[in-house]
Amino acid sequence: MTAPLVDIRAVSHRFGQLAVLKNVSLRIEPGSYTILLGPSGSGKTTLLSILGGFVTPSEGKVFIRGEDCTAVQPAKRPTTTVFQDYALFPHMSVGGNVGFGLRMQGVDGATRAAKARETLALVGLAAAFDKKPHQLSGGQRQRVALARALVIEPAVLLLDEPLGALDLKLRRQMQDELKAIQKRVGTAFIHVTHDQEEAMALADHCVVMNDGRIEDEGPPERVYARPATRFSATFMGESTILAGKVTQARDRTSTVETPAGAVFAPSTLPVGSAVALAIRPEHLAFNAAGAVKLGTAQVRDVVFQGSFKRVLAVSAEDPSLQFIAKLPASATVQPGDTVAVSCDTDQIIVLTD
Amino acid sequence: MRWFVRIASWAYALAVYGFIFLPVVVLVLFSLQATSFPIPPFTGPSLRWYDAVLSDTRLTSALVNSLLVASISSATAVTLGFLSAWGFARFVLPGSGLLRGLITLPLTVSYLIIGMGLLVLFNWAGVPKSLLAAGIGHVVINLPLCFAIIYSQMGDHQINIERAARDLGAPEWKVLLLITVPVMAPAIFAGFFLSMTFSWDEFVISFLLTRFETTLPVEIWNLLRSGLNPKTNAVGSLVFAVSIVLVVLFELTLLRRRKA
Amino acid sequence: MSASANNPQAGRALPWALVTPALGWTLLFFVLPFIAMGFSSLTAHEGGGFTLGNYSQFFTNPSYWQAMVNSLQVTAIVTVVSVLLAYPFAWILAEQVPERWQRLALMLAVLPFWTSYVVRSYSWLLVMAQNGVINRALTGSGLIAEPLQLANTRLATVTGFVHFFVMLLTLTIFANLKQLSPSYRKAAADLGAGPVRTFLHVVLPLTLPGIMVGAFLTFVLCIGDYITPQILGGNNELLMPQLVMMQIGRRGDFPLASALSIILMAVVTIAYLACARWLKIERA
Repeated sequence: MTAPLVDIRAVSHRFGQLAVLKNVSLRIEPGSYTILLGPSGSGKTTLLSILGGFVTPSEGKVFIRGEDCTAVQPAKRPTTTVFQDYALFPHMSVGGNVGFGLRMQGVDGATRAAKARETLALVGLAAAFDKKPHQLSGGQRQRVALARALVIEPAVLLLDEPLGALDLKLRRQMQDELKAIQKRVGTAFIHVTHDQEEAMALADHCVVMNDGRIEDEGPPERVYARPATRFSATFMGESTILAGKVTQARDRTSTVETPAGAVFAPSTLPVGSAVALAIRPEHLAFNAAGAVKLGTAQVRDVVFQGSFKRVLAVSAEDPSLQFIAKLPASATVQPGDTVAVSCDTDQIIVLTD
Repeated sequence: MRWFVRIASWAYALAVYGFIFLPVVVLVLFSLQATSFPIPPFTGPSLRWYDAVLSDTRLTSALVNSLLVASISSATAVTLGFLSAWGFARFVLPGSGLLRGLITLPLTVSYLIIGMGLLVLFNWAGVPKSLLAAGIGHVVINLPLCFAIIYSQMGDHQINIERAARDLGAPEWKVLLLITVPVMAPAIFAGFFLSMTFSWDEFVISFLLTRFETTLPVEIWNLLRSGLNPKTNAVGSLVFAVSIVLVVLFELTLLRRRKA
Repeated sequence: MSASANNPQAGRALPWALVTPALGWTLLFFVLPFIAMGFSSLTAHEGGGFTLGNYSQFFTNPSYWQAMVNSLQVTAIVTVVSVLLAYPFAWILAEQVPERWQRLALMLAVLPFWTSYVVRSYSWLLVMAQNGVINRALTGSGLIAEPLQLANTRLATVTGFVHFFVMLLTLTIFANLKQLSPSYRKAAADLGAGPVRTFLHVVLPLTLPGIMVGAFLTFVLCIGDYITPQILGGNNELLMPQLVMMQIGRRGDFPLASALSIILMAVVTIAYLACARWLKIERA
C-alpha cells in the first residue's frame, strides 16, 4: 500500500484573528513514529488537536486511512489522545481507566479486565490494576494514560507533550520506553514536543514547525545534518550562523563573502545570492586545522558539560558574530584567549532563506 | 517580650472563646432546668423540657417540615446549579458573563428583600402561602451559592478529563454520569451541604411565605412569644446537637475522602 | 486553548438546555418579584393609583428616617467592633496556635454557628435578662446593687450581632492569614524588620483586601437582619428591617413595605459600589 495513513491537506486554522496554522500539509506512514517539534505558539498542539478531532480546522482536509475525518467527532475517528496532564479519571481505579474505552464499546467486564491487564503489562504496570491514579507517581500515570489510549487499538496514537510534566531523568527513561512500546505495538505515534533531544531520540520522522508552518521534515539524522532552513538549523541543535553573499561560483563550490572573510562552501548558487552558512558546534575547530579559515575570535565563555566543553567566542572581524563550538573536555581554552577558528568545507551547511 | 506576647495571646483567645461560648453554655445548661424559668439559680439537671419538646406535635412536625423543605430545595438548587455551571464552563455562550452575573446576583441581596419580593409577587398572582412557596424562596438563595461553588471547581483539568472520555467513545450523557458528576462530587456535595444548613436555619423567608404549616425556626419564633422558657432552651439545644453531629459526619467523610 | 474550550461537536441546543432552568428560576423568582415590588412601591395603599407617596413618606416621616439612621449606626458599630475583635483572634489562631491544633481551634471558634439563628439571639436574651446570668453575677458579687437594663437595648442588639460576625470574620481573616506565603515574613525578617514592623508593613496590608470583603459581608448581612434587633433590641428603637416587617404585619401595607425594601437595597448597593471601587483602587 502506498496510501499514507494520515494525509493532512492544506490545513489552516485561526483562533479569532490569530492565524495559528498556515496552509500545512503532511503525510504520515503506518507504523511510524512522528514528532512534531517546535517552540510554543508554533501551531504543533493545534495540529494535534485537529488530528484528534477536538478542533475543526478553518480550512483544509484531514484524511485518515483514506477517509475524510475533518469534522468527525473524536469518539468516531481511529485516533486516541494521551493528554499532557494525562486526564486520568480520578475516581476510577487504574483498571477502570484502562478499560473505559472498551466499556464504551460495550465489551463485557471479563474481557475488558483481561485486555486492560494485558495492556498494563505491556507498559510495565501489571501490578497497578487496582490502584487509584493519585497513588501513582508521575511516570506511572503517564503509562496508565498510554495504556488507556492503546487498549482500544487506535490506528494513530496522539501524544500531547507526554513527557513534559516529568523531571529530566525520568523523561529520558520514559523516552526509551515509549520508543520500545511503539515498536512492539506497531501503531503510528504522533508526538508533540518542544524538546529537540526528545525529538532526535524518538522520531522516525521529524517535523519542525515554526509560526504555523512546517519548516522542515524528514528523518532526524537528515534534519540535523542538512537542515532546510535557518530556523531548523538553530532549533534542532545549535549552529553558528554566518550571513554572506556569493561572490564567485564554480563547478560545485562557491566563494561566499562573510564577516569572517571569504569562505569556500559547497553550493551551486549563482553569484549575488544571499546565503546563510550554518556550522554545527562539533564541526568548529578553535585552531587552524580546518581547510576553511574563519579568522580569529576571543573566547567569552567556557561551560564544562561533562563529556565536552561548550565554548562561546566572539569574532575579531565582526563583534556581532558569535561562534559556538563543542570542544573535548580536555581542551584548555579559557575566557579571554584569542583563538583561530576553522572548519572543513563539507561541514558547512548552505541555507538560502 | 516573647513570653509576654504568648501570655497576652492566650488571655485574649480565652476571652474571645468565653464570649463565643457564653450564650451556648447558658442555653444548654438551662435546658436542663427543673423549674419553669431558664434563669439562675440552676435547679436541674432534669430532662422534663426535652420531654415537653418531643411530645409537642407542632414542634416535631415543624422539624419534619424543615427537613423536607431543606432537602428538597437543596436538591433542586444543587441540580440547577450543577447543570448551569457545566453549561457555562464547557460551552461558549453569548453574553455568558452577564448571564453568570444574573445567576449569582441573589447572593448580594438580603433574605428579607428576597422574601418581600416573593410575598408581593405571590400575593399578586394569588399563590397561597405554603411550605412550597418557602421552598421556592430557599432555592432562590441557594442556587447562586451552588452555582458559584461548582463553577469555580470546573477547571481546565476537568475539561481534559471529559475530552479523554469523549475521545474513548463516551456519548455526552455518559460523560456526564460516569465522569463529570463523580469528578465534581466533592463540589456538588459541598453545595448541597451548605444549602441544607442555610435552608434549615432560614427564618425570614419562611416566616413571610408560610402560614399554618411552617418550618422549625418560625415555630421556635412563635415559642419565643411566651417569653423565657426552658422549652425553647431544649429545642435550641436539640437543634445544636443535631447540627454538630452533621458537621462532624461531614468532616469525617471529607477526611476519609482525602485519605482514600 | 481557552478555559471555555470550544466544542465543535455539541449542537446549540444542549448548552442552552443546561443553563435555561437556572436562568429561568432566577428570572421568575428573583427578577420578576423585584419588578412586582417596584410596581407595588409606586401604588397607593388605599385606592391603588400611581403615587410616589411611599417614597416621599420615608423622607418626610422622621420615625422612618430615624430607622435608617439607627440601622446605619448599628451596622457601622457592629462592623468596626467585629473586625477589631476578630483580627487579633484570627491572628492568634493562625500564628500562635500549633499547626496541628489549628483546625480544632477554628472549629471550636465557630461552633455556635451551628445553633439555630433564632436560638442564638434568644440565648443572648437569657444571658442579658433582668435576672439573667450577667445581672446575677454582678449583683451576687456586690459590684452593683440593682440589676442593669441590658436586654431590649442597642447594646443587646450590637452584642448579638458582634457575636455572630466575630465568628464569620475570624473564619475569613484566618483563611486570609493562612494564604500568605511564609516567605513574605521570612523575607521581611531577613531584611531586618522586627515582628511589629513585619506585621504593620507586610502582614496587615496584604490581608487588608480580605478584611474589606469580610467587613462588606458583615455590613450586608447586618443591615438586612430582622431577627437580632427584634429579639434583643425589642421595640425601643426600630431598625429598617423591623420597620419593613411592621408594615406587613400590622397594617398589611405592601406598597410601603416594598418602597422601604427598595430604599434599603439601594443603600446596600451604594455601599457595594463604594467597596468595589476601593478594592479596585487598592489593587491598581
